[in-house]
Amino acid sequence: MSASASRTRIEALSEKIKRKAEKLGKPARLMEVCGTHTMAIFRHGLRSLLPDAIKLISGPGCPVCVTSAGDVEAAVELARNDNVALATFGDMMRTPGRKLSLAQARAEGADVRVVYSPLDALTIAKENKCKEVVFFGVGFETTSPLTAATLDAAVRQNIKNFSVFSVHKLVPPALEALMGMGDVRVDGFILPGHVSAVIGSDPYEFLARRHHRPCVVAGFDAEDILSAILMLLDQLISAAPRVQIQYSRVVERQGNPKALSMMNEFFEPEDSFWRGIGKIPSSGLGFKTRFSEFDAASRFNLLRKQPPNPLACECGEVLKGVKNPNDCKLFGKKCKPETPVGPCMVSSEGSCAAYYKYLGS
Amino acid sequence: MSDKIMMGHGSGGRMMHQLIREEIAPAFGIESFADSAVLTPAIPGRIVFTTDSHVVSPIFFPGSDIGGLAVCGTVNDLAVMGAKPLYLSAGFILEEGFPLDDLRRVVRSMAEAAGKAQISIVAGDTKVVERGKCDGVYINTAGVGVLEPGVELSPSRITPGDKIIVSGPVGNHGIAVMAKRSGLTFDPPIMSDAAPLNSLTEKMVKAEVDIKMMRDPTRGGLATTLKEIALESSLRFFLEEEAVPVPPGVRGACELLGLDPFFVANEGILIAIVARNGAGELLKTMRADPLGENAAVIGEVSPERDAKLLMRAKTGGTLILDMLAGEQLPRIC
Repeated sequence: MSASASRTRIEALSEKIKRKAEKLGKPARLMEVCGTHTMAIFRHGLRSLLPDAIKLISGPGCPVCVTSAGDVEAAVELARNDNVALATFGDMMRTPGRKLSLAQARAEGADVRVVYSPLDALTIAKENKCKEVVFFGVGFETTSPLTAATLDAAVRQNIKNFSVFSVHKLVPPALEALMGMGDVRVDGFILPGHVSAVIGSDPYEFLARRHHRPCVVAGFDAEDILSAILMLLDQLISAAPRVQIQYSRVVERQGNPKALSMMNEFFEPEDSFWRGIGKIPSSGLGFKTRFSEFDAASRFNLLRKQPPNPLACECGEVLKGVKNPNDCKLFGKKCKPETPVGPCMVSSEGSCAAYYKYLGS
Repeated sequence: MSDKIMMGHGSGGRMMHQLIREEIAPAFGIESFADSAVLTPAIPGRIVFTTDSHVVSPIFFPGSDIGGLAVCGTVNDLAVMGAKPLYLSAGFILEEGFPLDDLRRVVRSMAEAAGKAQISIVAGDTKVVERGKCDGVYINTAGVGVLEPGVELSPSRITPGDKIIVSGPVGNHGIAVMAKRSGLTFDPPIMSDAAPLNSLTEKMVKAEVDIKMMRDPTRGGLATTLKEIALESSLRFFLEEEAVPVPPGVRGACELLGLDPFFVANEGILIAIVARNGAGELLKTMRADPLGENAAVIGEVSPERDAKLLMRAKTGGTLILDMLAGEQLPRIC
């Protein structure tokens, strides 16, 4: 596909979006839930192609951002044990806990290792029989099936020195909680492509049926995202909200049954604490009792004390779509990518970090 | 000699004597073992001096290794100043237990790169530290070159309207190293682009066009380096995404890993800022050299004094680019 053909199609989509927005006749606030969408929208320069009436706001779909300070602190304390090696995704290294980040703990001598996949953590366990290896399980439904597959391998290979500190979270309960908060100003949702490849589109039906919000599951190319925006505008114009799949080359309504059953083999929903938002019922993944030997939280009796948000940090409002990153008093001043205060600046996919990188301070 | 580096190889005695005289000096063509090298450059001009330390892990990766990187990196630091690189020093810090065969391989790479760059490695040092105190081998280099009269390259010379040129495709080195580090293989394999650029820069400086400055976009990648130059010149830089050559393999690897090729390290390309009316001629000159055959104009300098780096994306939309805060990490979700 030539670059110029692609540019022509993008121009055509932008033109259609402009006309639909005029036809709608009022502003539309569309929430893109997923951190990868936040980055893609900035990186493709899409905001500059959209009419002013369409406002894109970033939702809570950045797993690194919403992992609570209390949980990071518990991981830090765990890593400080001499007989423990904590394996984590690289993104989590700089996330601030209550006092230290994992990177700071490592600099002070804790055994913290960056892995690209939970399977790498299992390999570390096999190669280091004298250490208790704990995988810090961060991520949404895109990642948790892989953690489950790793646990499956651990069971089959009878690995005794491996466990998972699961802080995995679920997207639909977070969106449910968001809609219950009252001051949320969202007219439609651009739903995450990779999460939906696992869970399908059915779990989002409540957004359309109960909350009358248009929803489209979108891919990550510029054309994918613009097409999804066009579909949302059509739904708004026809006042017929439903859940549609734009990313049909990857996502099916029923999702990926194999991945789902793997997840459900080891995990069940539990209440979870989201940085910037607070406790959301049934929004995290906890271990089923029969696999509690792999549950690092119970195996090591982890204390997960959840501190209050730092004063003046407005991540909660940003994650709800009520405020823009640059509305926060700390943005670009006390809170920058090198010195993040709240979750939205912590990860490179957080709304504030993306704003900072691509729009400047 | 044993097949592994031992503490004795760094302690100044017979073992070290043997290591240097049999394994290192011959490869570099060093015949004198005085405390220092006496240099008599035959070219008039200012002395240009640089230093670099190399700690890359893994040591060996597709396309090059820590030794080749050390020589090319130092040569390029001199070359982008418009200087003629002449002499390098090489200091080794070796970990006890480091395989001698690996050292031979690294030294051979350095000799090959020095040969390609037509420079001499004239001084060196060898130390050994206990097992665990360094990662195999660390190499420090220093480089000396000569800058002929009349060559003035500096960000302060950049003016609005100047064109931004890149000498070749971006992303190869960083991806090659990251792939080796994480055990990923690509088909076809992605090779580091590490190469000495001085034969290219020599042609460019001789071309009688008004080059304002050159820089090699190493760590942090193309975008970080352009942002640095924008800050140093206080001018706004405008980049055209579609004009930047990105090899399909690099693009695919970046998509897979969630990386941005504009922030991935390079070791065999350079950025040149040139007066508008000289861009065509400079491009022609560069494309006549094997290391510049994919050279392209990728942007230009704007009059606004805000040091912003703006880019027109392939979509036609515009965005601001900033330098990397810390490391670029692969996406997890």
